[in-house]
Amino acid sequence: MAPSGLREVLLTHAGERDLTKRAEYEEVGGYRALRTALRTDPGELVETLLASGLRGRGGAGFPMGRKASFIPKPADTPNPIYLTVNADESEPGTFKDRELMLRIPHAVIEGIVITCHAIAAETAFVYLRGEYATEFDVMAAALAEAQEAGYVGNGIAGTDTNVTIVIHRGAGAYICGEETALLESLEGKRGQPRSKPPFPAISGVYASPTLINNVETIATVPTIVSVGGEEYAKLGVENSAGTRLFSLSGNVVKGGNYELELGTPLRELIYDLGGGIPNGRALKAVIPGGSSVPVLTADEVDTALDFDAMAEAGTMLGSGAVIVIDDRACMVQLGLRVAQFYMHESCGKCTPCREGTRWMVQILRKLEAGEAEQGELDLLLNVCDRILGNCLCPLGDAAAMPIASYVAKFREEYQRHIDEGGCPFGGESSLEGVVAPVDQHHAHLRGQIEVPIHA
Amino acid sequence: MPALHLAQERYDGWLPPEALREVAEALDLTPAYCYGVASFYDMYHLEPIGRHEIAVCTNVSCALAGAQDVLAAFERELGVEAGGTTEDGEFSLSSFECLGGCGWATVVAVNWRYREHVSAEDVPGIVAELRSGGEAVADGA
Repeated sequence: MAPSGLREVLLTHAGERDLTKRAEYEEVGGYRALRTALRTDPGELVETLLASGLRGRGGAGFPMGRKASFIPKPADTPNPIYLTVNADESEPGTFKDRELMLRIPHAVIEGIVITCHAIAAETAFVYLRGEYATEFDVMAAALAEAQEAGYVGNGIAGTDTNVTIVIHRGAGAYICGEETALLESLEGKRGQPRSKPPFPAISGVYASPTLINNVETIATVPTIVSVGGEEYAKLGVENSAGTRLFSLSGNVVKGGNYELELGTPLRELIYDLGGGIPNGRALKAVIPGGSSVPVLTADEVDTALDFDAMAEAGTMLGSGAVIVIDDRACMVQLGLRVAQFYMHESCGKCTPCREGTRWMVQILRKLEAGEAEQGELDLLLNVCDRILGNCLCPLGDAAAMPIASYVAKFREEYQRHIDEGGCPFGGESSLEGVVAPVDQHHAHLRGQIEVPIHA
Repeated sequence: MPALHLAQERYDGWLPPEALREVAEALDLTPAYCYGVASFYDMYHLEPIGRHEIAVCTNVSCALAGAQDVLAAFERELGVEAGGTTEDGEFSLSSFECLGGCGWATVVAVNWRYREHVSAEDVPGIVAELRSGGEAVADGA
């Protein structure tokens, strides 16, 4: 039977208690996994993570245990080993890490200390999105409490394990969620991705071995240590173990984060938990994993929320951000807004992404304005094709994949923009007048590089 | 980056050339390098910024919920276009990329403190509250 319904594993107790307080977190069993873990051999901990089947919750879904196993042993490297937690949550539609940090900051800290022990790291960096000011306050307060209680620092819980945690604030750049850009940024540089190899496991921050994990992945670690790897692996479905926080947004009655067992049908999240589409509208499309993944049509809403099922449907589970789109939305406007985002956030290092995202925006703008000529849809797909796989990091792909999918799945609507010389929604689309940000560093160029769709 | 955050806090929320020179000197870098880093990130300002920095998310989820109308309401209420600062230096308004509150759209950040479920009708109230010296305190970041 397919898993179904809410399954609060991470957020258990977070509803009835204030788990931002250490004492409350301890009362529900918090920091017990840390004590167990610190008395466990690091190699055994990595085995537990492998057995749990936990896959990265940031977007790529790489098995966490395997990633940890790539980190060299202290005897095999002259450099210190680091853990870096990716808390730069910026994928449009995603707001789960923020909720975890606000509601269970101690689980994040406990996960950090356990993971540090597993890879023999003594320093962990939390790269926190700059805009998250309140989240910084909550995390910093929890960290201070954990230090006071001896869960972070030197000689943790009476063992010889030392862990220092540094919370580093970003300054507003989507690209810094990409792991090597994050490392550059952490080192005080412009956040431009590095070429791989070498992979961060060998040469990460300060050219030292570095494990990089998403907030949710790290926050899951204490649970895995508590229940055991095999037991955790029973949650979810094959190749997609455990639970995940899904961020539900868009045209849905009850948006918010829902922790579900992996394998739960998308329909259940949207209709049973999310209350369906408001105002009696019809479902048109769903973006299942953040704005960088290919779109699903209303017919595909029975797809299960797991890695393999999404891959079979030609898309990805990504960051677990489910954006629901009703029948009032013009898909060309959607494409334009998404493309504008990636154009704005392209770091400019690789030509296909830097130039390609601009081409995409220009063609989409012409389409929406009714100025596109026959053949420009193929030109648009051609541009997407030339970006895919041709850049150092996935940002270019993240722009090209969704746009190509909108054209493929809503080709008729796109074609009508050409044939009818304008938007068939005639100003009635829910995305009408959507405005992309003016780059504050280039505000004087306003009107040349960024104009509203119907200027 | 922490040094730039600090300098920005010290210099009324933006980084004038002398702030970049100070950071460069303290860290033994060139001012040009510091400028390069500062210009990469959206939260470092290279021009003066209003005391209340208002960022309206206009990314997909918020746009589906009518963020365009919220932004337009702020533009009307403040008399500036997105990307601008009011003449009295009180308010800067920007259309911003996803702030991470998508399930509670529209999200508006005032000096990076979030307000969720904001509709166009709420805007005059928010502006009035900020004008009367409400809670907003520039935290520089």
